[in-house]
Amino acid sequence: MKNNGISKERKKYLNKVKKNKLLIILTQILILVGFLAIWEILANKDVIDSFITSQPSRILKTFMNLKSNDLLMHTKVTVYETLVGFGLGTILGVAIAIILWWSKFLAKVSEPFLVVLNSLPKVALGPIIIIWVGSGTSAIIAMAILISVIVTVLEMLNGYLKTDKEIIKMARTFNCTKLQLLTKIVIPANIGTFINSLKVNIGLSLVGVISGEFLVSKAGLGYLIVYGGQVFKLDLVMTSVIILGIVAGIMYGGVLLLEKFIRK
Amino acid sequence: MNEILEVKNIGKKYQNKAGEVQALKNVNFRVKKGEFVSIIGPSGCGKSTLLSIIAGLEEKTEGEIYIESERVEGISSKVGYMLQRDCLLEWRNILSNTLFGLEIKGIKTKENIEYVKELLKKYNLYDFINKYPSELSGGMRQRVALIRTLAVKPKILLLDEAFSALDYQTRIMVTEDIYSILRKEDITTIMVTHDISEAISMADRVLVLSKRPGTIKEIHKIDFEMENRTPINCRQNPKFSKYFDCLWKELGVDEK
Repeated sequence: MKNNGISKERKKYLNKVKKNKLLIILTQILILVGFLAIWEILANKDVIDSFITSQPSRILKTFMNLKSNDLLMHTKVTVYETLVGFGLGTILGVAIAIILWWSKFLAKVSEPFLVVLNSLPKVALGPIIIIWVGSGTSAIIAMAILISVIVTVLEMLNGYLKTDKEIIKMARTFNCTKLQLLTKIVIPANIGTFINSLKVNIGLSLVGVISGEFLVSKAGLGYLIVYGGQVFKLDLVMTSVIILGIVAGIMYGGVLLLEKFIRK
Repeated sequence: MNEILEVKNIGKKYQNKAGEVQALKNVNFRVKKGEFVSIIGPSGCGKSTLLSIIAGLEEKTEGEIYIESERVEGISSKVGYMLQRDCLLEWRNILSNTLFGLEIKGIKTKENIEYVKELLKKYNLYDFINKYPSELSGGMRQRVALIRTLAVKPKILLLDEAFSALDYQTRIMVTEDIYSILRKEDITTIMVTHDISEAISMADRVLVLSKRPGTIKEIHKIDFEMENRTPINCRQNPKFSKYFDCLWKELGVDEK
């Protein structure tokens, strides 16, 4: 860091920015710790029934006892299904968007179908998927794909169609082919749209996987949550929810990392 | 023969739901090699459409275009085109932007890359080849866009309001820059503009289009009888205001 050459006012300003940032993080930590502490204390004093609400220390114990509940295995299953669903959903979505960009006719024809499919709650298709695909991992992955693919198609297609007309004209003056237009202009111009849709998709795929696991699975965090609920093991339910939160956070972080890499 | 372009009887009709629009009718003119021709006309007279037709970007409904005595249909590799905005690709660096046309045409040869690098050196952009467009000023960006167009060695350059997105001061400087590049490289140029003074300051001839359906109303020869003519010293020439008045009346801005 160069320190000389920075004016007093600048230093003051930078300090203020730093302070502000620190304050926000501290407040966030405080809220979290405070919430956990109050929860723990209330449960200890029997103000709330820890059988129904569980309590942080018991969640921690469950968490430390990873092996007894096979938490690691269940987490792995969920992560695996989510990543596969996310990957396939994104690839399929982008591929369909490209096809629809290519053919204005197909795009017009499919528009009402896409709009209806988009507003349809995909969970409602769960039983149909189970019958068609079979009850197992593939049904769960199908659910994750279904839930993310339509949004991806709509968002990417919208981005592709809105590519700067002037830039397209510029490329046309060099007599570029449609394929060149796609690979050299339309796709790179929509990297931002693509990353946004990745961000949305990672969450949606998790929703798909968990609701799929609710319906059919024999493993996974969704299964644990349902199972825990049925046998009133609230510690297990809460722990699974927290792990799910952590997993979601890490996956989102992964997308952010990818964004940094792509934008470089 | 040193005639490079012939525009013969060009007409253009647009079809839309509301009906038919005759945008251009019987447009005829010729351009000599190395000449600078400006096209002005009231807004909506179809001057940009005319340019797009010459470039082959839009289809014409009537007439023919000849470049170097050869009849041209569609997009010709002999024509370069510059738009109002520089249209640089933000995700590519400057060198890669200037090579874009060569890449599209599949002629990114060592020799052509060298040629582009020479142009970049000549016009003071070589130090920036690894920068991205967002790091350059508006004037520099427009120069990069010009080199991208010149890279494919067009015989005729078409400028479609190419400077009107720039602020006034930059615009004057960029016109000066681009004019000198075009003269040095001896490029035949047709420029569409709504700015009468810009047209006079650069052109050897000014074509005036009529209101829609656009057709050539008048052709004015511009001659400042100067050596080393530049847009700025044209603006300072006593003849400038005479040309301006004449074209102003010709455009018939006051007419209803």
